[in-house]
Amino acid sequence: MQSSTATPQSPASAAGPGGRRLGRRIRVRPAPRGRNRRRELAGLGYATPTAVVVGLLFLAPLVLVCWMSVNHWPLLGSPSVNFPHNYTSVADDSLIGNAAWFTVKYTLVTTVVLFAVALGLALLVQHPRPGVALLRTAFFLPAAVGFATASLLFLGLLSNAIGPVNPLLQDLGLINKPVDWITGSPGGALGSTVTLVTWRFAGFNMLILLTGLQAIPSELYEAARMDGANRLQTLRRITLPLLRPTIALVLIMMITGSLLAFDQFYILTKGGPDNSTTSVVMIIVRDAFVRFDLGAAAALSVVVLGILVLLNVLQLSLLRRREER
Amino acid sequence: MTSTREATMTGNRRFRRDAGKLGYYGTAGALALLFLFPLLWSGWASVKTPHGFGLTNYRNMVHYGDGIGTYLVNSVEVTTMTVCGTLLVSVLGGYAFGRFRFPGKNLLFLATLAILMVPYPTILIPLYVLLGKMGLQNSLIGLSMVLVMFQLPFATFMMRNSFEAVPQELEDSAAVDGCGSFTTLTRVMIHTVRPAVVTVGLFAFLAAWNEFFAALILLNSSDKFTLPLAVVSMEGRTFGSIDYPTLQAGVVFMAIPCLVLFLLLQRSYVRGFMTGALRS
Repeated sequence: MQSSTATPQSPASAAGPGGRRLGRRIRVRPAPRGRNRRRELAGLGYATPTAVVVGLLFLAPLVLVCWMSVNHWPLLGSPSVNFPHNYTSVADDSLIGNAAWFTVKYTLVTTVVLFAVALGLALLVQHPRPGVALLRTAFFLPAAVGFATASLLFLGLLSNAIGPVNPLLQDLGLINKPVDWITGSPGGALGSTVTLVTWRFAGFNMLILLTGLQAIPSELYEAARMDGANRLQTLRRITLPLLRPTIALVLIMMITGSLLAFDQFYILTKGGPDNSTTSVVMIIVRDAFVRFDLGAAAALSVVVLGILVLLNVLQLSLLRRREER
Repeated sequence: MTSTREATMTGNRRFRRDAGKLGYYGTAGALALLFLFPLLWSGWASVKTPHGFGLTNYRNMVHYGDGIGTYLVNSVEVTTMTVCGTLLVSVLGGYAFGRFRFPGKNLLFLATLAILMVPYPTILIPLYVLLGKMGLQNSLIGLSMVLVMFQLPFATFMMRNSFEAVPQELEDSAAVDGCGSFTTLTRVMIHTVRPAVVTVGLFAFLAAWNEFFAALILLNSSDKFTLPLAVVSMEGRTFGSIDYPTLQAGVVFMAIPCLVLFLLLQRSYVRGFMTGALRS
């Protein structure tokens, strides 16, 4: 982020120290000024494609979504302003309320389970020993597969038709008859999804936690051992406090990702049974492409954006306050 | 060090150490198998037929819908355009952000990173309308452009850091040799930032190859479907009875390129994930 000071500086530096330097040299060699100007133009030129993509495909849609959200905007036909109808209907729609509640519940369960597994794996493969690289690869390998692909994989894996889970549990005597894990009950559907997400993302989060763990000086561990601290004490007194920034980062990513969950529900549970696993993003897609009401979808998108920005600001400020202490 | 310690170790302690080792490798090995199991199972299920083993499921998958060839070509097109587009924009942009000063530099860089803050649906709903107005509705080019935009924060960040790390002497000596800034980029700089180029390209590949949500929103006729869309649509082909084995053949077909790339480029992979994670 070192360059973050460059923009406010650049006009000042032309008149400030740079200007003075130019003034001194101007008689001898007028080149630098022209060269700087040329370099500035070259820089602008190289940044132009980025500016075009960001402007056209990011900033323009961002403005458009706000405009759409205050309009009655059918998929076909011309839009007309209807503010604040789209926003009030967000508040009125009971399906949205249910979806919001489910999304929050899903986020909590996923974050807790995924974090516990990822941290456990990271602690397991933290120290170099023979074979540890192989273990890390095994845990990380699911992250190499696309998420939609992974969802389809679990659709078969947890299915009654060809999945190995039911026969295995029956052989072990844990269940009497096959269970329809994915669509049988709301709890089963949630559990299936959390299992899928944990399998797919635990290794990825393990890797991030691992970099944090490896930044902790090994002298601290040795000192703790000298003082006779056991493993649990070392974990609580040394590892976790020093890992805090990394943990915060991992949690922010997990929470944001879970709040925007879509693929896993669309592919695995289809929002069911009885809309019990319908997430907020699924409602946005339904509004836009099933109900053909882009205005309503835009309004809900703006609300989601607002909540996420608020959440990120909150998390970052919490993080900063902790660091200051 | 261990040998002297071992020599003084009593039999009891050595036993406890060996038991600990066994416990560690037992637990870790079991967990590793648990994580590998779904992948292995999918491969097994994709070749399992009612009468033993064979390629029937793959044959079914190949003949699904317009033929898997159509979807494969669509996926390859989108992936190629996304990788090339991402590399072109991010190498030039990273060069600009890493080595030049120009008005609006920080604002543009922050705007690029801000893409990360905005949820997919928030931006895809208006993009659907915008691309329609540009005549790019239901178009693989339109989808690729959007995927390039989604890759840009990571790619630009990665390339900028990489260009910033190039020693100034290298640039100076190129200038002495009479290279302009563009020749400096193509003849000298590009070689030093190659690891970042590989990582950015790899991630653009994976993102484009696996993208589901953006493709679902932006593509609406089945002849334009990419592989993930096509395989997911197999799921709903005959309502009530999903052809699970064929689906697993599709899963394997989509996963293999990713797994092969992962095993070949593990280093770039891990570096990319780290940068991606630490960007926030």
